[in-house]
Amino acid sequence: MTAPILRVRASRRFGERVALADASLEVAAGSVHAVVGENGAGKSTLMKIVYGLVRADHGELEIGGQPLPLAHHSVAQAQALGVGMVHQHGMLVPTLTLAENAALGHEPGRAGWLDRRAAGRALVAAAARLGQTLDPDARAGDLTVGEQQRAELAMVAARASRLLILDEPTALLAPVEVDALLDMLTAIAAGGGAVVLVTHKLDEVVRVAGEITVLRGGRTVAGWSTSVTAAEIARAMVGGQPPPHPERAPAPSADAAPGLAVRELVAPGPGGGGVRGVSLAVRAGEVVGVAGVEGNGQRELALAIAGLGAVSAGTVAIGGADATHLSVAARRALGLAVIPEDRHRHGLLGDATVADNVLLGRLPELRRGVTIDRAGLADLTAQLLERHDVRPADPAALAGALSGGNQQKLVVARELERPGLRAVLAVHPTRGVDLAAVVRIHAALRAAAVGGAAVLVMSADLDELMTVCHRVVVMHRGHVAGELAGIALAGSDARTRLGAWMVGAS
Amino acid sequence: MSRGLDRARAALIALLTATAAGSLLMILAGAAPAAVWRALVASALGDGYGVGQVLFRATPLVFTGLAVAVPRRAGLFNIGGEGQLATGALAAAVVAAGLPADVSGWVAVPAALVAAMAGGGMLGAITGALRVCRGTHEVVVAILLNFIVAGVMLWLGNRWLFVGEATRTATIVDGATLPSLGLAGSSASVSVVGAVLAAGVVAWVFARTTVGFTWRAVGTGRAAARAAGLPVRRAQISAMAVGGALAGLAGAHFVLGHKHAFETGLGRGAGFVGVAVALLAQGDALAMIASALVFAILAQGGLGVAATVPKEMFDVLQAVVMLVVAASLGRRARR
Amino acid sequence: MTAVLVSLLTVGFAAQVVRIAIPYVLAALGGTLAERSGVVDLALEAKLLLGAFAAAVVTYETGSIALGIVAAAAAGVAVAAVQAVWSLHLGADQVVTGIALNLGAYGVTRYLLGVRYGQGANSPRIDGLGVGVIASPITWLAAAAAAVIVVGFTWTRLGLRVRAVGERPEAVAAAGVSVVRVRWAALVIGGAVAGLGGAQLSLSTDGFVSEMSGGRGYVALVAVIMSGWRPGRAALLCLAFGCADALQVQLQTQGAGVPAELMQLLPYATALVLLAVWPRRAGQPSALGKPSP
Repeated sequence: MTAPILRVRASRRFGERVALADASLEVAAGSVHAVVGENGAGKSTLMKIVYGLVRADHGELEIGGQPLPLAHHSVAQAQALGVGMVHQHGMLVPTLTLAENAALGHEPGRAGWLDRRAAGRALVAAAARLGQTLDPDARAGDLTVGEQQRAELAMVAARASRLLILDEPTALLAPVEVDALLDMLTAIAAGGGAVVLVTHKLDEVVRVAGEITVLRGGRTVAGWSTSVTAAEIARAMVGGQPPPHPERAPAPSADAAPGLAVRELVAPGPGGGGVRGVSLAVRAGEVVGVAGVEGNGQRELALAIAGLGAVSAGTVAIGGADATHLSVAARRALGLAVIPEDRHRHGLLGDATVADNVLLGRLPELRRGVTIDRAGLADLTAQLLERHDVRPADPAALAGALSGGNQQKLVVARELERPGLRAVLAVHPTRGVDLAAVVRIHAALRAAAVGGAAVLVMSADLDELMTVCHRVVVMHRGHVAGELAGIALAGSDARTRLGAWMVGAS
Repeated sequence: MSRGLDRARAALIALLTATAAGSLLMILAGAAPAAVWRALVASALGDGYGVGQVLFRATPLVFTGLAVAVPRRAGLFNIGGEGQLATGALAAAVVAAGLPADVSGWVAVPAALVAAMAGGGMLGAITGALRVCRGTHEVVVAILLNFIVAGVMLWLGNRWLFVGEATRTATIVDGATLPSLGLAGSSASVSVVGAVLAAGVVAWVFARTTVGFTWRAVGTGRAAARAAGLPVRRAQISAMAVGGALAGLAGAHFVLGHKHAFETGLGRGAGFVGVAVALLAQGDALAMIASALVFAILAQGGLGVAATVPKEMFDVLQAVVMLVVAASLGRRARR
Repeated sequence: MTAVLVSLLTVGFAAQVVRIAIPYVLAALGGTLAERSGVVDLALEAKLLLGAFAAAVVTYETGSIALGIVAAAAAGVAVAAVQAVWSLHLGADQVVTGIALNLGAYGVTRYLLGVRYGQGANSPRIDGLGVGVIASPITWLAAAAAAVIVVGFTWTRLGLRVRAVGERPEAVAAAGVSVVRVRWAALVIGGAVAGLGGAQLSLSTDGFVSEMSGGRGYVALVAVIMSGWRPGRAALLCLAFGCADALQVQLQTQGAGVPAELMQLLPYATALVLLAVWPRRAGQPSALGKPSP
């Protein structure tokens, strides 16, 4: 048995939050090693420590059998030891060419000059080793997400002679692209290096990983180097708790009026993408899910409904009224509530108090002439915090200091309990929140539907959509590629069918 | 509460650093710091005249400080106080000189104040609108406007408004003058009361009104405010307009309460000092009064010791205060 | 009027344009470097003013114009160093820092003149470079700086890193390069170049005059923005500003019927109008003004 390529044990806090509590990981040469866990389990942090991008508070690190003091570890050192990392959202500079991106930090050329042609040649050669072709002079920002990721993999793999780390590399890829990527990883590992695949997609793990480590709450809780079933891994990830079984809201009556509808909608997105003709009506009391690989028009659809993005053709209706050209405020007055994708930027004022954040979404109700009904605000805030179990239940606390789950509960409470609610748009409503909050947020969405609102949920998590929605549509290249409802959605092949639509199969 | 303490500590550090920097400058000028500081404070606060002058100097600084603080809460930087002050002063002077000679003060003073606010507010609104609608940097626009306004004022004056050989407009009517406080022959006038009132109103607006909340929300999270349906553009333009109007009031103070006419160079520098005043007060409208007093004492006392230490020490200390507050606020944001 | 037009076609006028444009050009080049690295450069005014001051005072005290020029660059670097410490290490607001430095520069120069020479309005007369353009070393330094920066942006390692760090600093960090170091380098070089522009102000006249930068730093920043943060275009735009300024001087001396008070506003008004009608913010570095990670 040779020494492992990587051995790490580390702890790290970010302010109050413990990201890693003595988590450990050992990776053998020649293997594809999966590091799995829920959002916030500490997977990314641990790998960034190995790569030198995040400093550990304390711990130990050994790469290729060589002990490295963590206090002095750096990206440069990790790279010198043959470690490379492909990051979750990529690390390409969009305004630079691929060759420039590849050269960054290892620029070929003498005396401070940059040999641009050498950089291009090196990149083309690196890509060729992975069986790819690419244009080294293309601007990274002009490429699709998939192309960017393949190029980045080629750049990183060319230098990562010992250990290649990939952080959630498949989040933005369609299933066929995922297959190609996983094959590539197997090939790299077979060549003698090691690959660490950080993911929470268990089917990928089962397919390619020879070794598996599970993190939960910043600790290493399980590990296997033999074959194991997805169910076993899942149990370790959630810590033996049975996954919650949320009930669907009762089916809406077939003749309920649409509370939220788009017709023939065209909304431009970057690089000619966006929404390219979508019609979708959500009836009052109905929960409809939108699935799809990221970048297929979901974001533009959400922005068009919320009133924050451009609409070049078609209509948006809220509660039966045409809202296509209305302001955000007017849409809200019609009864639209939005749980935005990025709660930090679009949902909350991190530097303001919890009470101010309630006021942010409730100003029309609490307006008394030019002044604010402060007593009313205090009452409302106290009620919302209690009913939705937001902790700490302190109206004067800064919203930015709350945990992710509590921040999202605050947004959900403020938005879904609005009087006159007719339509709800919830974008990735449970992304990055803890399990208890997930249950509460799903319950709140259900309650909104039971209360007569039309609810549209966008999520990258098919399981989430399949449990809370009456109907799921799949978006592909700006169109609705398919739709499953009722019994078909509960069917054993539902996942496969939705997955096929996601890549454009008919 | 800890925020209040943080702010007080940042202000204290800024003042201590300024004291140290001032002492260094005094040594550079070949003077003994302790003696100079004593003389400086004595000259500013030692007699009725000094105190009156401090109040007189603090008055416009409260206005120009608020002129920076209001837009800053809404996420914009108003560095156009100089031009806004001058425009407000000229507008007030022209209106107050054009009124019938026997007009009542209850008509004349409000008319002049409205003119001053309109003049300054207009410049602020232009700066804000260019930022919001064209994406131009408000600092660059405001600085360019400061230069342009100074030239245009001079041209308007030379062409039409200045009387006789002086670069001074006609004297305003008696009804429009603000009475002096009569503090030992100092220039302090009842505009001091106006400054305190303005600070109180701004504090109330931010704490209690929907406009104030909208400004704050836009300033802390523009995207979130937009997503919540708040009128982001209108809020930013109006905050700049109100900032300009407040700077215009500083101009009115000089015209109605002191010179009783517009002169070239009137109130020069008060717009920029307002930036330092607002930073030291860290946006708090009531702390603005204390902050303005600190700078007024430095300016007034600086004149008293100008024979030993060049009076430009004041400009350097003002920059030091700004730098130290900026640094401590930055540190806090990173924690 | 014909006389005015004819006078614009002379070599003398061209020389005038170059002489007037140099401070703008150098400030804009320095500003482009700093801003492309992600740091808002509102302190260009301070760099010009302190550069002008240092050039005049050092030339006067040592009798060496060469030392004066070096001192001007050093003064620009000193301002940039404060900016670097404040924005890169203390996380201070870059706009506030820039404004404070500009206001402080006015005060410091007057204070030091007062302490050293008894009055704050201007430095003693110096025998500077005169109004000649071809014989002035600053002309050639400016041309060299422009060429090096324009070429260096694309063809050097530092150029690549500066472009990357202003756009996506986390990518630079992930490539194992220190974001803070790249920004320091951009600020220091940019500060030296802008400080050199200050030398042109005081050495091409008879010495330093209080507030002699006269808003040129801000106008240069307008050129940076309008160029889409591209050094070559920024320099060309500055030549255009120089043209407007020279025209203004020409018209004033020849009495073209426009009031002098308004003629003097030409550079500022041109800058403001161009800024207002120019297409929005294309090419702005994404990380501009954000604290270093």
